Amino acid sequence: MLQVTQLSKSFGQFMVLYNVNFAVKENEVVALLGPNGAGKTTMVNLISGHLRPDSGKIMLSGKDITGAPPHVRIALGIARNFQITQLFEELTVLDNVRNCIFSVEGRSGRFFKPASSYERVTAEALDILETFNLADFAGEMAEGLSEGDKKILDTAMAFALKANFLLLDEPTSGVATADKFKVMDTIITAIQERGTATLIIEHDMDIVAEYTHRVMVLSEGHILADGASAEVMADKQVKETLFGVSD
Amino acid sequence: MMKYCYTPRAAIYIAALVVLLFLPQLLSPYHLMLMESGLSLAIMALGLNLLLRYTGVLSFGHGAYFAAGAYAVGLLYMYLPDKFTFENAILAAILASAALSALFGFVCVRHTRIFFSILTLALSMLLFAVLEKAYHYTGGSDGIRVPIPLFFGYEFEGMRRFQFLIGPYYYVVVGIFAAATVTMLAIVNSPFGKALQGTRDNELRAEMIGIRVKRYRWYAFVISGTFCGLSGGVWSFVNGHITPEISNWVFSGEIVYMVLLGGFMIFEGPIIGALLFTYLRLYAVAITEYWMLILGATLIFLVLVLPGGVMGGLHSLFSRLKLKRVS
Repeated sequence: MLQVTQLSKSFGQFMVLYNVNFAVKENEVVALLGPNGAGKTTMVNLISGHLRPDSGKIMLSGKDITGAPPHVRIALGIARNFQITQLFEELTVLDNVRNCIFSVEGRSGRFFKPASSYERVTAEALDILETFNLADFAGEMAEGLSEGDKKILDTAMAFALKANFLLLDEPTSGVATADKFKVMDTIITAIQERGTATLIIEHDMDIVAEYTHRVMVLSEGHILADGASAEVMADKQVKETLFGVSD
Repeated sequence: MMKYCYTPRAAIYIAALVVLLFLPQLLSPYHLMLMESGLSLAIMALGLNLLLRYTGVLSFGHGAYFAAGAYAVGLLYMYLPDKFTFENAILAAILASAALSALFGFVCVRHTRIFFSILTLALSMLLFAVLEKAYHYTGGSDGIRVPIPLFFGYEFEGMRRFQFLIGPYYYVVVGIFAAATVTMLAIVNSPFGKALQGTRDNELRAEMIGIRVKRYRWYAFVISGTFCGLSGGVWSFVNGHITPEISNWVFSGEIVYMVLLGGFMIFEGPIIGALLFTYLRLYAVAITEYWMLILGATLIFLVLVLPGGVMGGLHSLFSRLKLKRVS
């Protein structure tokens, strides 16, 4: 599905990623772990097209997308959320999601007919809001949501893009602790229903252990460990890197 | 589609249109002509607000596209007098302003905020310089006279300019104004309009859901410029004479003033602003030769006391009254 080869990126003198290689198979849910500044978000930015790598290659389903602009990647089926929520604050919650559907279906350029008159798109958007428990706020401005709900809407927007490869950058950070597992249940159920390959950046080890089959650990710009969750988490070097302790 | 025809907004629009159609019976000819001027400027104010409110960029050079429309009419009369009919003139105004805004917009939409505003201003002054200095082609600072045109082959023979303006032409202006308003309303509520508002709220997110931000901003710029051109074309007949001043940044500033006066946060705000501005300027000029002082003072008052403009102020007043009644 997704193949990353020899990927490197630096900001000025600072080398963030160095010759990173990995692949994600169809239906696979992979966790990307690593200490702060390890380059996890940069990885998401490179795959989603927000940044261009210095060298290396990114392939999606056999197509080279290394230099492709974001709208091409989205059309090919890559979607992302944001660690720091990025919403259309002065549009309604419904319009936030509807904008995503219009865009991925290539209808964002339509004039004249009101957005609300596209009944199938509206129903689909409401469906997604229902899934993420946001349907009650459909008519409200996104700026009025609580921080936790904003974060969930941010993720819902990524889902609305009907991706076959999803990048989730800390989808539960900022969500109340009591709701975290509920939100993750929702996300994982939706991923499994559609068979979406997913790369999740997550700090919460309980969530990683519960929801992902495979873990990659990124440290100082390269991949330190890659394998089944239980094995990787038992690795001594990984423990030192992630928790600063050896047992 | 039918259910959109029964909203309160639609009812108000129809009522407003009826009032407009009966104004010739109610207003003095002089005030009717002012209204005509205000209605044609309102089309331009709506155009500017597509950029200001819905795209989130402020143009200080929209006089250029208004001038493109007006000069398309004037130059058509100057160079092709036998083709000088109303329908050709308006078509020329639309095409000229669309072409100019496509060209200038292509440069401007690469930036936002102050850089965008300065670019729009600089480009409009370029046009001003050409219109004023190229005397042999554009009439220079003397401008061009715009006479009464043929209407789809019909000639208003023997009709005086004044009769033409308070008679048939008033209804033409109302018709074009109404069509422009409905078109703009449709645009801002369409998927395209919502995508534009997305780029305004969050450029990064818009890009990451696949919206081509600069291209969409460019489309908005061209639509906005074309509304100005249409406005300039319609207005040129009302004024009867055009000069390069309409491409000057002072006039571009007045367009911004109209939109702020009416209230840019509400769709209809710019319309009210353009009408108010027309009357306000006239009375200010009648009272004192320091009329610019009055306009300046109202602008300061607006920004400090009524940042939402007249319509925004009314809107918050009504919501406060409603709250009081509930409690």
